[in-house]
Amino acid sequence: MKEKKHHDPSILSSELIRRPIRRWFPVFLLPTLICFCIGFLWPFAQGIYLSFCNFSTPRDATWVGVSNYVKAFKDAGFIHAFKNTALFAIVSIVLINVLAFTIAYALTQRMRGANIFRTIFFMPNLIGGVVLGYIWSMIFDAILKHYSTYLTANATYGFWGLVILVAWQQIGYMMIIYIAGLQAVPEDMLEAAKIDGASKSQTLFRVVIPNVMPSITICMFLTLTNSFKLFDQNLALTGGAPSVIINHAKVNMTELLALNIYSTYNINKNWHGAAQAKAVVFFILVATLAIAQLTATRKKEVQQ
Amino acid sequence: MKKHYSKGSNILTAIFVVVGLLWVFPIIAVVINSFKTNAAVNLNAFALPTKETFTGFNNFVKGMTFGNYPFWKSVGYSLFITVASTALILVGTSMSAWYISRVNSTFSKLFYYLCLFSMVVPFQMVMFTLSSTADSLKLNTPWTIPIVYLGFGAGLAIFMFVGFVKSIPLEIEEAAVIDGCNPIRTFFSVVLPMLKPTMISVGVLEIMWVWNDYLLPYLVLDRTKYMTIPIHIQYLKGSYGSVDLGATMALILLSIIPVIVFYLTCQKHIIKGVAAGAVKG
Repeated sequence: MKEKKHHDPSILSSELIRRPIRRWFPVFLLPTLICFCIGFLWPFAQGIYLSFCNFSTPRDATWVGVSNYVKAFKDAGFIHAFKNTALFAIVSIVLINVLAFTIAYALTQRMRGANIFRTIFFMPNLIGGVVLGYIWSMIFDAILKHYSTYLTANATYGFWGLVILVAWQQIGYMMIIYIAGLQAVPEDMLEAAKIDGASKSQTLFRVVIPNVMPSITICMFLTLTNSFKLFDQNLALTGGAPSVIINHAKVNMTELLALNIYSTYNINKNWHGAAQAKAVVFFILVATLAIAQLTATRKKEVQQ
Repeated sequence: MKKHYSKGSNILTAIFVVVGLLWVFPIIAVVINSFKTNAAVNLNAFALPTKETFTGFNNFVKGMTFGNYPFWKSVGYSLFITVASTALILVGTSMSAWYISRVNSTFSKLFYYLCLFSMVVPFQMVMFTLSSTADSLKLNTPWTIPIVYLGFGAGLAIFMFVGFVKSIPLEIEEAAVIDGCNPIRTFFSVVLPMLKPTMISVGVLEIMWVWNDYLLPYLVLDRTKYMTIPIHIQYLKGSYGSVDLGATMALILLSIIPVIVFYLTCQKHIIKGVAAGAVKG
């Protein structure tokens, strides 16, 4: 059998490399594998387990079944954070994508200084969320001072403040994806439209937009998942303030889901289990969105 | 040159100059306020410094050495953690990606799918258990936190490397093996040079992630001894009012200058790398 294998060139080729690498498993794969277990696999498995337990540290965990999940869904703060996140996601998806597409469309026209503008619009994307939060809280407070109020006085200010911050940060990123999409629109199609006497808006809606649909899908999903996972900016801008009491429970009015999970941990050790249960719910939500994104973009690729 | 631009395009440029100025306004506000006294920032954050309110570089000196945990220490730790973690991730995941795509056993496939899976898991899912695991394994120092970064960040990097390794023809590596190279030499002198474009993309993504990351180091590091720049800035915000706003703006300016310099020098690679990371859910 072995002799036969060696005569088949395709098997020989892979075996030739495969066998020696295999022997070097401890060098090539093992270190990363161990780190992956420490940094992801074990914490993930333990996280699932602990969501069914009462605990202050992982060592003193006692099994309590689904009561953590019941407690999580009864928590007014969690429900509020969920509604807040959904609303925030809708507003920022529309705002970011409309503006990013408009800017990308303008910058792909023949225009002086297009490259400089592209550089400027993308820049905020590189600054960390915490620093962004600090910068914008200073700016909003300075503006609101004229009306003798401040950012964390009213949940509406905090919500729209976060929308502005996130739009400022992400428009440049989506713009880059739209520019790539717009540049891939076939020249001859645009020319054909011109020859047929199509107006600028007809060309935009009938030729350009259908051609950049894949980019639009990607950007919609990216803004959606980004809104759901938002944490640093939320923490640094308002930290969830202001808070009110609803049914004897403290509800932080400007909190999104990720921050709500974090602050639930910090209430006290009786809430650790419920916080971990919220984290599992949050994980399922984010993973579902990510998988939906993948299938949607894959389908588009096949069609092309 | 002028012939290329129509009248309409000049109007468009004029509009974009205004929008562009508005866009950089927050950064300009930071620059202005970093040269003003605390009282002046509180009074009107948008006013330019005058003779009375201009403090020169006092804010920078004060900010760098302020309090019992001076800012320069956080800068040092941030730099070390970013460089060490990125280097470790690049070496570790490129080697694993080569092993995964060349060996192609059930085990390596399983590991690959687990990596893909890790990409859709948000950090909040593992934050509590990860910090307690890191604590009990004594990984709570800047010297050991790169191990945690490699573990949590392996997914995306391995995904990107595997995608590229699969496109490399086997013949080149076969020639190396026939010439008597062991896998270590084959990898480092034949495969690694070919991986360079992906290395740059992954490197950019990891640098941006680790440098700006707040929650992971906040939960993993022993905060009484070690802080990074984002932790330090959030810590200053926590004591809002009791700290000097002018000095804080100076620190923010210092922390974004390296990012902007990095961006302007390798803009092409950064935009490419960040766009490549768009696949992450």
